[in-house]
Amino acid sequence: MSSLRSITFATLAKDIRLEWRSRDAVNSMLFFSLLVVVIFSFSFDPNAEESRQIAGGLIWVAFLFAAVVALNQTWARELRNQVLDAYRVSPAPAAALFLAKALGNFVLVSLLEALMAPLFVIFYNLRALGPAWQLIPVALLGTWALVVNGTFFAAMSIRTRSREIMLPLLLFPISIPAVQSMVEATRILLAGDGSARFWIVLLLTYDVVFTTACLALFETILQAE
Amino acid sequence: MTNPNISQLTALVTINDLVKQFGRFAALRGVSAEFAAGRFFAILGDNGAGKTTLLRMLAGLAQPTRGKISILGAEPRGACREIGYMAHPSLLYDEMSGMENLRYFARLYDIADESRCGQAIRSVALDPGLSRPVGKYSQGMRQRMSLARAILHDPKILLLDEPFSNVDVHSARDMVGLLKAMRDTGKTIFVVTHQAGLLDGVADEFVWMEAGKIVERTSQLSPAGAR
Repeated sequence: MSSLRSITFATLAKDIRLEWRSRDAVNSMLFFSLLVVVIFSFSFDPNAEESRQIAGGLIWVAFLFAAVVALNQTWARELRNQVLDAYRVSPAPAAALFLAKALGNFVLVSLLEALMAPLFVIFYNLRALGPAWQLIPVALLGTWALVVNGTFFAAMSIRTRSREIMLPLLLFPISIPAVQSMVEATRILLAGDGSARFWIVLLLTYDVVFTTACLALFETILQAE
Repeated sequence: MTNPNISQLTALVTINDLVKQFGRFAALRGVSAEFAAGRFFAILGDNGAGKTTLLRMLAGLAQPTRGKISILGAEPRGACREIGYMAHPSLLYDEMSGMENLRYFARLYDIADESRCGQAIRSVALDPGLSRPVGKYSQGMRQRMSLARAILHDPKILLLDEPFSNVDVHSARDMVGLLKAMRDTGKTIFVVTHQAGLLDGVADEFVWMEAGKIVERTSQLSPAGAR
Protein backbone atom coordinates (compact mmCIF):
# COMPACT_ATOMS: atom_id res chain seq x y z
CA MET A 1 0.00 0.00 0.00
CA SER A 2 2.86 2.38 0.85
CA SER A 3 4.42 1.51 -2.50
CA LEU A 4 1.12 2.28 -4.26
CA ARG A 5 0.87 5.64 -2.50
CA SER A 6 4.52 6.54 -3.00
CA ILE A 7 4.54 5.64 -6.71
CA THR A 8 1.21 7.39 -7.25
CA PHE A 9 2.54 10.63 -5.78
CA ALA A 10 5.92 10.30 -7.52
CA THR A 11 4.13 9.90 -10.86
CA LEU A 12 1.73 12.74 -10.08
CA ALA A 13 4.62 15.03 -9.12
CA LYS A 14 6.47 14.07 -12.30
CA ASP A 15 3.39 14.81 -14.45
CA ILE A 16 2.79 18.17 -12.79
CA ARG A 17 6.46 19.06 -13.31
CA LEU A 18 6.24 18.08 -17.00
CA GLU A 19 3.03 20.05 -17.45
CA TRP A 20 4.52 23.07 -15.66
CA ARG A 21 7.47 23.01 -18.07
CA SER A 22 5.50 22.47 -21.27
CA ARG A 23 2.07 23.91 -20.35
CA ASP A 24 0.68 21.92 -23.30
CA ALA A 25 -2.61 20.90 -21.72
CA VAL A 26 -3.28 23.98 -19.57
CA ASN A 27 -2.89 26.46 -22.42
CA SER A 28 -5.09 24.50 -24.83
CA MET A 29 -7.79 23.91 -22.22
CA LEU A 30 -7.90 27.53 -21.11
CA PHE A 31 -8.00 28.87 -24.63
CA PHE A 32 -10.73 26.44 -25.63
CA SER A 33 -12.93 27.20 -22.59
CA LEU A 34 -12.47 30.91 -23.01
CA LEU A 35 -13.60 30.65 -26.62
CA VAL A 36 -16.72 28.71 -25.58
CA VAL A 37 -17.68 31.31 -22.95
CA VAL A 38 -17.15 34.28 -25.26
CA ILE A 39 -18.76 32.77 -28.36
CA PHE A 40 -21.87 31.60 -26.51
CA SER A 41 -22.22 34.95 -24.76
CA PHE A 42 -22.22 36.68 -28.15
CA SER A 43 -24.45 34.07 -29.80
CA PHE A 44 -27.44 34.71 -27.56
CA ASP A 45 -28.31 37.12 -24.84
CA PRO A 46 -30.42 35.36 -22.22
CA ASN A 47 -32.06 37.10 -19.28
CA ALA A 48 -31.09 36.06 -15.74
CA GLU A 49 -33.80 33.38 -15.46
CA GLU A 50 -32.95 31.79 -18.83
CA SER A 51 -29.28 31.85 -17.88
CA ARG A 52 -29.97 29.84 -14.74
CA GLN A 53 -31.80 27.23 -16.82
CA ILE A 54 -29.10 26.78 -19.48
CA ALA A 55 -25.86 27.64 -17.66
CA GLY A 56 -25.46 24.16 -16.15
CA GLY A 57 -25.45 22.57 -19.61
CA LEU A 58 -23.13 25.20 -21.06
CA ILE A 59 -20.60 25.04 -18.26
CA TRP A 60 -20.31 21.28 -18.14
CA VAL A 61 -20.24 20.75 -21.88
CA ALA A 62 -17.45 23.35 -22.12
CA PHE A 63 -15.48 21.59 -19.37
CA LEU A 64 -16.11 18.17 -20.90
CA PHE A 65 -14.70 19.24 -24.27
CA ALA A 66 -11.79 21.05 -22.63
CA ALA A 67 -11.01 18.00 -20.49
CA VAL A 68 -10.58 15.87 -23.64
CA VAL A 69 -7.60 18.05 -24.58
CA ALA A 70 -5.91 17.33 -21.24
CA LEU A 71 -6.79 13.64 -21.38
CA ASN A 72 -5.10 13.15 -24.74
CA GLN A 73 -2.00 15.01 -23.56
CA THR A 74 -1.70 12.86 -20.43
CA TRP A 75 -0.85 9.73 -22.33
CA ALA A 76 0.77 11.32 -25.38
CA ARG A 77 3.80 12.28 -23.30
CA GLU A 78 4.14 8.65 -22.16
CA LEU A 79 4.37 7.51 -25.77
CA ARG A 80 7.20 9.89 -26.70
CA ASN A 81 10.41 7.82 -26.50
CA GLN A 82 8.14 4.90 -25.47
CA VAL A 83 8.56 5.88 -21.81
CA LEU A 84 5.47 3.87 -20.96
CA ASP A 85 7.51 0.71 -21.62
CA ALA A 86 9.87 1.72 -18.80
CA TYR A 87 6.87 1.70 -16.47
CA ARG A 88 5.58 -1.58 -17.91
CA VAL A 89 8.83 -3.42 -17.27
CA SER A 90 9.03 -2.14 -13.69
CA PRO A 91 7.37 -3.82 -10.70
CA ALA A 92 5.28 -0.67 -10.07
CA PRO A 93 1.54 -1.39 -9.81
CA ALA A 94 -0.63 -0.40 -12.76
CA ALA A 95 -3.13 1.14 -10.33
CA ALA A 96 -0.53 3.71 -9.20
CA LEU A 97 -0.07 4.93 -12.76
CA PHE A 98 -3.82 5.13 -13.32
CA LEU A 99 -4.48 6.97 -10.07
CA ALA A 100 -1.64 9.42 -10.71
CA LYS A 101 -2.92 10.19 -14.19
CA ALA A 102 -6.52 10.55 -12.99
CA LEU A 103 -5.45 12.80 -10.08
CA GLY A 104 -3.28 14.89 -12.41
CA ASN A 105 -6.19 15.40 -14.78
CA PHE A 106 -8.45 16.16 -11.83
CA VAL A 107 -6.07 18.90 -10.67
CA LEU A 108 -5.84 20.37 -14.17
CA VAL A 109 -9.58 20.35 -14.88
CA SER A 110 -10.38 21.66 -11.38
CA LEU A 111 -7.91 24.49 -11.93
CA LEU A 112 -9.60 25.26 -15.22
CA GLU A 113 -13.02 25.27 -13.52
CA ALA A 114 -11.79 27.57 -10.78
CA LEU A 115 -10.47 30.01 -13.38
CA MET A 116 -13.47 29.82 -15.74
CA ALA A 117 -16.32 29.80 -13.20
CA PRO A 118 -16.04 33.53 -12.40
CA LEU A 119 -16.14 34.28 -16.14
CA PHE A 120 -19.34 32.24 -16.53
CA VAL A 121 -20.85 34.15 -13.61
CA ILE A 122 -19.97 37.50 -15.19
CA PHE A 123 -20.86 36.71 -18.81
CA TYR A 124 -24.17 35.02 -17.96
CA ASN A 125 -25.11 37.19 -15.00
CA LEU A 126 -25.48 34.14 -12.75
CA ARG A 127 -26.63 34.17 -9.15
CA ALA A 128 -27.61 30.97 -7.38
CA LEU A 129 -31.12 30.94 -5.88
CA GLY A 130 -30.53 27.54 -4.23
CA PRO A 131 -27.83 26.52 -1.72
CA ALA A 132 -24.74 27.60 -3.70
CA TRP A 133 -22.29 25.64 -1.51
CA GLN A 134 -23.70 22.42 -2.99
CA LEU A 135 -22.13 23.42 -6.30
CA ILE A 136 -18.78 22.45 -4.73
CA PRO A 137 -19.58 18.72 -4.28
CA VAL A 138 -21.26 18.74 -7.70
CA ALA A 139 -18.10 20.19 -9.26
CA LEU A 140 -15.76 17.83 -7.40
CA LEU A 141 -17.80 14.68 -8.07
CA GLY A 142 -18.58 15.70 -11.65
CA THR A 143 -14.96 16.49 -12.45
CA TRP A 144 -13.83 13.15 -11.03
CA ALA A 145 -16.50 11.38 -13.11
CA LEU A 146 -15.14 13.02 -16.27
CA VAL A 147 -11.47 12.42 -15.57
CA VAL A 148 -11.66 8.87 -14.23
CA ASN A 149 -13.38 7.53 -17.34
CA GLY A 150 -11.48 9.94 -19.54
CA THR A 151 -8.11 8.76 -18.22
CA PHE A 152 -9.13 5.15 -18.74
CA PHE A 153 -10.46 5.58 -22.27
CA ALA A 154 -7.57 7.85 -23.25
CA ALA A 155 -5.20 5.04 -22.23
CA MET A 156 -7.27 2.63 -24.27
CA SER A 157 -7.31 4.78 -27.39
CA ILE A 158 -3.78 6.15 -27.20
CA ARG A 159 -2.27 3.46 -29.43
CA THR A 160 -4.99 3.76 -32.08
CA ARG A 161 -4.28 5.70 -35.24
CA SER A 162 -7.14 8.21 -34.81
CA ARG A 163 -7.03 8.67 -31.06
CA GLU A 164 -8.35 12.27 -31.12
CA ILE A 165 -11.60 10.94 -32.59
CA MET A 166 -11.61 7.67 -30.68
CA LEU A 167 -11.52 9.22 -27.21
CA PRO A 168 -14.72 11.30 -27.54
CA LEU A 169 -16.45 8.36 -29.26
CA LEU A 170 -15.71 6.14 -26.26
CA LEU A 171 -15.96 8.72 -23.50
CA PHE A 172 -19.03 10.80 -24.32
CA PRO A 173 -21.64 8.00 -24.43
CA ILE A 174 -20.47 6.50 -21.14
CA SER A 175 -20.39 9.96 -19.54
CA ILE A 176 -24.07 10.70 -20.32
CA PRO A 177 -25.40 9.72 -16.85
CA ALA A 178 -22.68 11.79 -15.15
CA VAL A 179 -23.15 14.80 -17.42
CA GLN A 180 -26.92 14.67 -16.95
CA SER A 181 -26.46 14.55 -13.17
CA MET A 182 -24.04 17.49 -13.25
CA VAL A 183 -26.27 19.58 -15.52
CA GLU A 184 -29.46 18.84 -13.56
CA ALA A 185 -27.84 19.42 -10.18
CA THR A 186 -26.30 22.71 -11.36
CA ARG A 187 -29.62 23.87 -12.88
CA ILE A 188 -31.54 23.04 -9.70
CA LEU A 189 -28.99 24.84 -7.51
CA LEU A 190 -28.86 27.92 -9.72
CA ALA A 191 -32.63 28.16 -10.20
CA GLY A 192 -33.54 27.12 -6.63
CA ASP A 193 -35.82 24.41 -8.08
CA GLY A 194 -35.93 22.02 -5.10
CA SER A 195 -33.25 19.62 -3.92
CA ALA A 196 -30.22 18.41 -5.94
CA ARG A 197 -29.64 15.56 -3.49
CA PHE A 198 -30.75 12.81 -5.89
CA TRP A 199 -28.33 13.95 -8.61
CA ILE A 200 -25.44 14.34 -6.17
CA VAL A 201 -25.98 10.80 -4.85
CA LEU A 202 -26.20 9.53 -8.43
CA LEU A 203 -22.89 11.25 -9.22
CA LEU A 204 -21.28 9.73 -6.14
CA THR A 205 -22.52 6.25 -7.11
CA TYR A 206 -21.30 6.75 -10.68
CA ASP A 207 -17.85 7.77 -9.37
CA VAL A 208 -17.55 4.78 -7.05
CA VAL A 209 -18.67 2.28 -9.73
CA PHE A 210 -16.46 3.62 -12.51
CA THR A 211 -13.40 4.23 -10.33
CA THR A 212 -13.57 0.62 -9.15
CA ALA A 213 -14.11 -0.72 -12.68
CA CYS A 214 -11.30 1.38 -14.17
CA LEU A 215 -8.84 0.37 -11.43
CA ALA A 216 -9.74 -3.29 -11.89
CA LEU A 217 -9.33 -3.21 -15.67
CA PHE A 218 -6.38 -0.86 -16.05
CA GLU A 219 -3.68 -3.53 -15.69
CA THR A 220 -5.09 -5.23 -18.80
CA ILE A 221 -5.06 -1.95 -20.72
CA LEU A 222 -1.51 -1.12 -19.62
CA GLN A 223 -0.07 -4.50 -20.55
CA ALA A 224 -1.94 -4.70 -23.88
CA GLU A 225 0.42 -4.81 -26.85
CA MET B 1 28.35 -36.72 -22.19
CA THR B 2 26.30 -33.64 -21.40
CA ASN B 3 23.80 -34.00 -18.60
CA PRO B 4 20.65 -32.06 -19.61
CA ASN B 5 19.69 -31.60 -15.97
CA ILE B 6 22.91 -29.73 -15.24
CA SER B 7 22.30 -27.55 -18.28
CA GLN B 8 18.82 -26.75 -16.99
CA LEU B 9 20.11 -25.94 -13.52
CA THR B 10 22.65 -23.44 -14.81
CA ALA B 11 20.30 -21.87 -17.34
CA LEU B 12 19.13 -18.46 -16.24
CA VAL B 13 16.76 -18.02 -19.15
CA THR B 14 14.89 -20.90 -20.74
CA ILE B 15 12.78 -20.45 -23.84
CA ASN B 16 10.54 -23.27 -24.93
CA ASP B 17 8.89 -23.43 -28.38
CA LEU B 18 8.21 -19.70 -28.44
CA VAL B 19 5.84 -18.46 -31.13
CA LYS B 20 4.74 -14.87 -31.64
CA GLN B 21 2.15 -13.97 -34.26
CA PHE B 22 1.18 -10.44 -35.24
CA GLY B 23 -1.99 -11.12 -37.16
CA ARG B 24 -0.91 -13.50 -39.94
CA PHE B 25 2.76 -12.59 -39.61
CA ALA B 26 4.84 -14.88 -37.42
CA ALA B 27 7.66 -12.86 -35.84
CA LEU B 28 8.94 -15.87 -33.89
CA ARG B 29 8.44 -19.42 -35.14
CA GLY B 30 9.13 -21.90 -32.38
CA VAL B 31 12.26 -20.59 -30.67
CA SER B 32 13.75 -22.88 -28.03
CA ALA B 33 16.97 -22.04 -26.22
CA GLU B 34 18.73 -21.87 -22.89
CA PHE B 35 21.00 -19.07 -21.79
CA ALA B 36 23.44 -19.48 -18.92
CA ALA B 37 24.02 -16.92 -16.20
CA GLY B 38 26.90 -14.43 -16.27
CA ARG B 39 27.42 -14.51 -20.02
CA PHE B 40 27.30 -11.91 -22.76
CA PHE B 41 25.01 -12.82 -25.67
CA ALA B 42 24.98 -10.87 -28.91
CA ILE B 43 21.75 -11.46 -30.82
CA LEU B 44 22.30 -10.91 -34.51
CA GLY B 45 20.33 -11.17 -37.70
CA ASP B 46 18.75 -9.22 -40.53
CA ASN B 47 15.84 -6.84 -40.08
CA GLY B 48 12.66 -8.81 -39.41
CA ALA B 49 14.56 -11.82 -38.04
CA GLY B 50 12.70 -11.51 -34.71
CA LYS B 51 15.51 -10.13 -32.51
CA THR B 52 13.59 -7.20 -31.03
CA THR B 53 10.45 -9.28 -30.60
CA LEU B 54 12.45 -11.88 -28.68
CA LEU B 55 13.97 -9.19 -26.47
CA ARG B 56 10.57 -7.57 -25.79
CA MET B 57 9.16 -10.95 -24.84
CA LEU B 58 12.06 -11.58 -22.47
CA ALA B 59 11.32 -8.17 -20.92
CA GLY B 60 7.65 -9.10 -20.50
CA LEU B 61 6.48 -6.39 -22.89
CA ALA B 62 4.93 -8.86 -25.32
CA GLN B 63 3.06 -12.05 -24.58
CA PRO B 64 3.79 -15.30 -26.41
CA THR B 65 1.19 -16.62 -28.82
CA ARG B 66 2.48 -20.05 -27.83
CA GLY B 67 5.37 -21.39 -25.80
CA LYS B 68 6.98 -20.35 -22.57
CA ILE B 69 9.76 -18.17 -21.21
CA SER B 70 11.27 -18.86 -17.82
CA ILE B 71 13.63 -16.34 -16.22
CA LEU B 72 15.09 -17.40 -12.87
CA GLY B 73 12.26 -19.92 -12.70
CA ALA B 74 9.52 -17.34 -13.15
CA GLU B 75 7.64 -15.73 -16.01
CA PRO B 76 9.24 -12.48 -17.26
CA ARG B 77 6.76 -10.25 -15.36
CA GLY B 78 7.51 -12.16 -12.16
CA ALA B 79 11.24 -11.60 -12.61
CA CYS B 80 10.96 -7.90 -13.52
CA ARG B 81 13.10 -6.75 -10.58
CA GLU B 82 15.98 -8.74 -12.04
CA ILE B 83 15.61 -7.40 -15.57
CA GLY B 84 17.00 -4.15 -16.94
CA TYR B 85 15.63 -3.19 -20.34
CA MET B 86 17.01 -0.66 -22.76
CA ALA B 87 15.04 -0.14 -25.96
CA HIS B 88 15.93 1.57 -29.20
CA PRO B 89 14.08 4.74 -28.08
CA SER B 90 15.48 6.22 -24.87
CA LEU B 91 12.51 5.48 -22.52
CA LEU B 92 13.31 8.82 -20.87
CA TYR B 93 11.35 12.04 -20.48
CA ASP B 94 12.96 14.62 -22.76
CA GLU B 95 11.78 17.56 -20.62
CA MET B 96 13.52 16.35 -17.44
CA SER B 97 17.21 16.16 -16.60
CA GLY B 98 18.97 12.80 -16.35
CA MET B 99 18.94 12.93 -12.55
CA GLU B 100 15.23 13.84 -12.44
CA ASN B 101 14.45 10.94 -14.76
CA LEU B 102 16.42 8.47 -12.67
CA ARG B 103 14.94 9.74 -9.40
CA TYR B 104 11.48 9.00 -10.79
CA PHE B 105 12.41 5.54 -12.10
CA ALA B 106 14.11 4.74 -8.77
CA ARG B 107 10.73 5.23 -7.06
CA LEU B 108 9.18 2.64 -9.38
CA TYR B 109 11.65 0.09 -7.99
CA ASP B 110 11.20 1.24 -4.38
CA ILE B 111 14.74 2.59 -4.29
CA ALA B 112 14.79 5.22 -1.56
CA ASP B 113 18.54 5.85 -1.67
CA GLU B 114 19.00 8.71 -4.15
CA SER B 115 22.75 8.20 -4.25
CA ARG B 116 22.05 5.12 -6.40
CA CYS B 117 20.89 7.47 -9.18
CA GLY B 118 24.16 9.38 -9.07
CA GLN B 119 26.13 6.12 -9.05
CA ALA B 120 24.23 4.81 -12.08
CA ILE B 121 24.87 8.05 -13.99
CA ARG B 122 28.55 8.10 -13.08
CA SER B 123 28.91 4.45 -14.10
CA VAL B 124 27.98 5.38 -17.68
CA ALA B 125 30.52 8.22 -17.59
CA LEU B 126 27.99 11.04 -17.37
CA ASP B 127 27.78 13.85 -14.83
CA PRO B 128 24.87 13.55 -12.34
CA GLY B 129 24.96 17.34 -11.92
CA LEU B 130 24.04 17.93 -15.55
CA SER B 131 20.91 20.08 -15.32
CA ARG B 132 19.91 20.36 -18.96
CA PRO B 133 16.96 18.24 -20.08
CA VAL B 134 17.59 14.87 -21.71
CA GLY B 135 15.99 16.18 -24.92
CA LYS B 136 19.03 18.42 -25.34
CA TYR B 137 21.58 15.63 -24.88
CA SER B 138 23.56 14.29 -27.81
CA GLN B 139 22.46 10.88 -29.09
CA GLY B 140 25.44 9.19 -27.42
CA MET B 141 24.67 10.81 -24.07
CA ARG B 142 21.02 9.84 -24.37
CA GLN B 143 21.96 6.22 -25.06
CA ARG B 144 24.23 6.18 -22.03
CA MET B 145 21.57 7.77 -19.83
CA SER B 146 19.16 5.14 -21.09
CA LEU B 147 21.64 2.48 -20.03
CA ALA B 148 21.92 4.17 -16.62
CA ARG B 149 18.14 3.86 -16.28
CA ALA B 150 18.31 0.17 -17.20
CA ILE B 151 21.01 -0.62 -14.58
CA LEU B 152 19.61 1.64 -11.85
CA HIS B 153 18.03 -1.20 -9.86
CA ASP B 154 21.09 -3.44 -10.27
CA PRO B 155 19.37 -6.17 -12.29
CA LYS B 156 20.91 -9.59 -12.90
CA ILE B 157 19.88 -9.55 -16.56
CA LEU B 158 20.33 -6.73 -19.04
CA LEU B 159 18.32 -6.67 -22.26
CA LEU B 160 19.67 -4.05 -24.65
CA ASP B 161 18.12 -3.31 -28.02
CA GLU B 162 20.45 -1.55 -30.44
CA PRO B 163 22.43 0.28 -27.75
CA PHE B 164 25.06 1.47 -30.26
CA SER B 165 22.77 2.81 -32.99
CA ASN B 166 23.40 6.46 -33.92
CA VAL B 167 26.35 6.53 -31.53
CA ASP B 168 29.83 7.48 -32.73
CA VAL B 169 32.46 4.74 -32.74
CA HIS B 170 34.31 6.15 -29.74
CA SER B 171 31.17 6.29 -27.54
CA ALA B 172 30.09 2.86 -28.78
CA ARG B 173 33.45 1.37 -27.76
CA ASP B 174 33.11 3.03 -24.35
CA MET B 175 29.69 1.42 -23.95
CA VAL B 176 31.04 -1.97 -24.98
CA GLY B 177 33.77 -1.64 -22.34
CA LEU B 178 31.16 -0.78 -19.77
CA LEU B 179 29.02 -3.79 -20.72
CA LYS B 180 32.06 -6.06 -20.58
CA ALA B 181 32.79 -4.80 -17.05
CA MET B 182 29.18 -5.52 -16.08
CA ARG B 183 29.39 -9.03 -17.48
CA ASP B 184 32.56 -9.52 -15.44
CA THR B 185 30.60 -8.66 -12.29
CA GLY B 186 28.23 -11.55 -13.04
CA LYS B 187 25.44 -9.91 -14.99
CA THR B 188 23.88 -11.72 -17.93
CA ILE B 189 23.74 -9.45 -20.95
CA PHE B 190 21.71 -9.75 -24.13
CA VAL B 191 22.49 -7.21 -26.85
CA VAL B 192 20.53 -6.97 -30.06
CA THR B 193 22.69 -5.21 -32.60
CA HIS B 194 23.54 -4.78 -36.24
CA GLN B 195 27.07 -3.72 -35.28
CA ALA B 196 28.35 -7.18 -34.43
CA GLY B 197 31.95 -6.13 -35.06
CA LEU B 198 31.91 -4.03 -31.91
CA LEU B 199 31.29 -7.14 -29.83
CA ASP B 200 33.93 -9.31 -31.47
CA GLY B 201 36.12 -10.68 -28.70
CA VAL B 202 33.76 -9.33 -26.05
CA ALA B 203 30.55 -11.34 -26.38
CA ASP B 204 30.67 -14.91 -25.11
CA GLU B 205 28.17 -16.11 -27.65
CA PHE B 206 26.72 -14.88 -30.93
CA VAL B 207 23.11 -15.96 -31.41
CA TRP B 208 22.07 -15.80 -35.04
CA MET B 209 18.42 -15.38 -35.92
CA GLU B 210 16.71 -15.73 -39.24
CA ALA B 211 13.01 -15.62 -40.11
CA GLY B 212 11.88 -15.92 -36.50
CA LYS B 213 14.21 -18.75 -35.52
CA ILE B 214 17.59 -19.16 -33.87
CA VAL B 215 19.63 -20.74 -36.63
CA GLU B 216 23.09 -20.79 -35.09
CA ARG B 217 24.96 -20.12 -31.86
CA THR B 218 28.66 -19.49 -32.13
CA SER B 219 31.35 -18.51 -29.69
CA GLN B 220 33.04 -16.31 -32.25
CA LEU B 221 31.81 -13.90 -34.85
CA SER B 222 32.12 -16.51 -37.59
CA PRO B 223 32.40 -15.57 -41.28
CA ALA B 224 29.32 -17.66 -41.93
CA GLY B 225 27.42 -15.58 -39.44
CA ALA B 226 28.82 -12.30 -40.67
CA ARG B 227 26.69 -12.49 -43.81
